Amino acid sequence: MKPWKRKGDKVYADIDRQEAAVLRGLVSQIDDMLRARIEEAPQDELAELTGIRTGPSTSPDDPILSRLLPDFHRLDDDNPSKADLDSAAVLRSLHEPTLLDLKTGVAGVVMETCPMYGGGIRLSLEQAEAWLSALNDVRLALGTAIEVTEDMPDELPEDDPRSPHLAVYHWLTWVQESMVQALTAE
Amino acid sequence: MTAAVDMEQTQATPAGAEIVSEDRPWQTVVWNDPVNLMSYVTYVFQKLFGYSRDKATKLMLDVHHEGKAIVSSGSKEKVEADVAKLHAAGLWATMEHTS
Repeated sequence: MKPWKRKGDKVYADIDRQEAAVLRGLVSQIDDMLRARIEEAPQDELAELTGIRTGPSTSPDDPILSRLLPDFHRLDDDNPSKADLDSAAVLRSLHEPTLLDLKTGVAGVVMETCPMYGGGIRLSLEQAEAWLSALNDVRLALGTAIEVTEDMPDELPEDDPRSPHLAVYHWLTWVQESMVQALTAE
Repeated sequence: MTAAVDMEQTQATPAGAEIVSEDRPWQTVVWNDPVNLMSYVTYVFQKLFGYSRDKATKLMLDVHHEGKAIVSSGSKEKVEADVAKLHAAGLWATMEHTS
């Protein structure tokens, strides 16, 4: 893949077959995780009557989902206040359904516009925005899974099981960085 | 020309200056994390809040170097909406009372 280019209100690049398979595979995995979380949402008669959806009130146990769906307050102190805990629960159940819709939505844009066997990608600015968010979600997920740190080396020792994943992570970083550059170019 | 406009905007609303007012009881905090790209974070601040490139860059650098930055403030509803937008963009954001 070469860097993204912008011409007017279109953003485009070519992606090869293997890259497309990797990207689509990761995006659909995240999408599956998000949809599983949606299924967990409490169903109640009041929600059906009012049309106001409520999500779960607690953070997902899975560290990847938990990073994709953060709390509204810092709760990782030793002793978060009851007020913060209660407020975070309310805010999560209020906002999480929308956040899940947005995240599955951007994943869907990538799945629709990234050619299955590689080839040209041509995006509107709106679709490019969706790609940026989806790429970021994939990097957050992968970064959480392999416990990326700020001073992560470019390569890990070959016998480190995270080594191949780190290479994919760095590639995704490059794809996202290139897209930000294309979108912000004067 | 763009740079000059950016400078003006930055001077008119220095980062964080708006948080002292009593009618802005809540603030949005963005925390540093090892994944989010500096360029992307700057882009998100510009896009979501309409900040100049200079102001967005300064806030991004605060997040990077200080571990966090206050990126907006106001009523509970406003800050809640800001945090929701930042979550959609994948940033690690929380809200708190102004101290």
